[in-house]
Amino acid sequence: MSTGQFHFRSRMRRVTDVAVTSLAILATLIVVAPLVAIFGYLLYKGTASLNLAFFTHVPAPPGELGGGMANAILGSAILLMLASAIGIPVGIGGGIFLAEFGRGSKLANAVRFTADVLNGVPSIVMGVAVYGLIVSQQHSFIPFSGHFSAFSGGVALGIMMIPTVCRTTEEMLLMVPHAVREAALGLGVPNWRSVLSITVRTASPGIITGCMLAFARVAGETAPLIFTALGNQFWSTSLKDPIAALPLQIWVYALSPYDDWHRLAWAGALVLIVLIVMAVSLVRFVTSRGVLKGTS
Amino acid sequence: MGVGIEVQNLNAWYGNNHTLQDINLNIPANHATALIGPSGCGKSTFVRCLNRMHETNPIARVTGVVRIGELDIYSDAKPVEIRRRVGMVFQRPNPFPTMSIYDNVAAGLKLNGYSNKRSLDEIVERSLRNSALWEEVKDDLRKKSGASLSGGQQQRLCIARALAVDPEVLLMDEPASALDPVSTSKIEDLIFQLKSQYTIVIVTHNMQQAARVAEKTGFFLNGRMVEFDSTHKIFTNPSDKRTEDYITGRFG
Repeated sequence: MSTGQFHFRSRMRRVTDVAVTSLAILATLIVVAPLVAIFGYLLYKGTASLNLAFFTHVPAPPGELGGGMANAILGSAILLMLASAIGIPVGIGGGIFLAEFGRGSKLANAVRFTADVLNGVPSIVMGVAVYGLIVSQQHSFIPFSGHFSAFSGGVALGIMMIPTVCRTTEEMLLMVPHAVREAALGLGVPNWRSVLSITVRTASPGIITGCMLAFARVAGETAPLIFTALGNQFWSTSLKDPIAALPLQIWVYALSPYDDWHRLAWAGALVLIVLIVMAVSLVRFVTSRGVLKGTS
Repeated sequence: MGVGIEVQNLNAWYGNNHTLQDINLNIPANHATALIGPSGCGKSTFVRCLNRMHETNPIARVTGVVRIGELDIYSDAKPVEIRRRVGMVFQRPNPFPTMSIYDNVAAGLKLNGYSNKRSLDEIVERSLRNSALWEEVKDDLRKKSGASLSGGQQQRLCIARALAVDPEVLLMDEPASALDPVSTSKIEDLIFQLKSQYTIVIVTHNMQQAARVAEKTGFFLNGRMVEFDSTHKIFTNPSDKRTEDYITGRFG
């Protein structure tokens, strides 16, 4: 090869390097931009209506100024606790079955397929389904059935959490090295004990991430609550009555004809995002405190 | 104290692959026995048959008799009980990554429901002393994860973990093959000390290692045991031509 050719090739390589690096940086910016834009716009629109009353008062009657979303914040917290109480244990249990006890079996394949389909079910359909099952008719074996209730809302959100939790749990368990399982079996630990105390524990950071993803996703869901929790203008903490939720309240206020309510809707959206970020960070902080030096 | 191991007509399969064929041998108590042979000859499968780890693979199958002391492990006991009496150290160090050093050593006891804290402390210290790791880790027992140690320390931690359940036999499947020479010589010194209390079976690719640590050596080839004799005889005057070819480096 002549020196001229060599110089040409080396220049081409540098040009390609710069081009590919620039594309990667551009793609990164495009990924980050929507989040920054949304959050910035929410701060701009929402902070003006944020005051103490927002966190302490229930909504004002139509036509009156002021009021807050205290009941919706509490309602969302109750709905999400109920949803997590249903979605996390069922999801983790299903994931453990898929990865450990049922691996390769027909039942496991069927469960995995079902979870994937469930993950793709539109959230409004989930709301209608729970409406049909729990809200529209009274069953002796389902508590608080036959009417709109916080319970039915929590159930709808909980079912939506199951597939995400289940599949991430499975993936995380499959990533635990075979050597770690063998080490436990080699000590004479029964298989079920090894799965629960060693494999699941080793995979727990990833499993917690999956639970947080599912939590954050349903925290902002409006559609499943329209037919179930319904919303509530007043204080309510009872599982048997309709309950307010931040996304529902935002939806109602944003569609209203009043400027004051529009402002409150912006503030509500800001508070919803901040609360989700805080809840996820809190869980991360609490669960990372027990982690030892050198654990990776 | 260690116990002897008696193996009669042992056959093992992975699917249709007949990996071990008619193995017969007696492994003496409180000695180190080395198993050598080229890759894929069945020596790892053999030690995995001694604590019934072989059958954890769903396509694996075993026939024959293995007696650990008085116990016929394939007819008299459950796999879980046998694995408590027959400890195992694997080729790559495999500490439990999310557990502290202390919890790694105590794992075998804790997971089997043993919870007396004072005697756990004692057992953890004794096991770490026996595996020559105590002095290096005694200040970080609960602070550091098992995965934060160096490779050689991790392997000694795994030995301590195996010793903590007080086994009679210790199986070591190429315990030093992933370690540097300094760590390797520490593990070899350890084997030398441990064989007064345990029966040790060590699989190795390193023939010098077999010569250094073991009184008895078995040579495996293509799923059969070609020769089993005192280490001295195997390395100086083997009876079988194939053994001689292998140890003089003519194949494998």
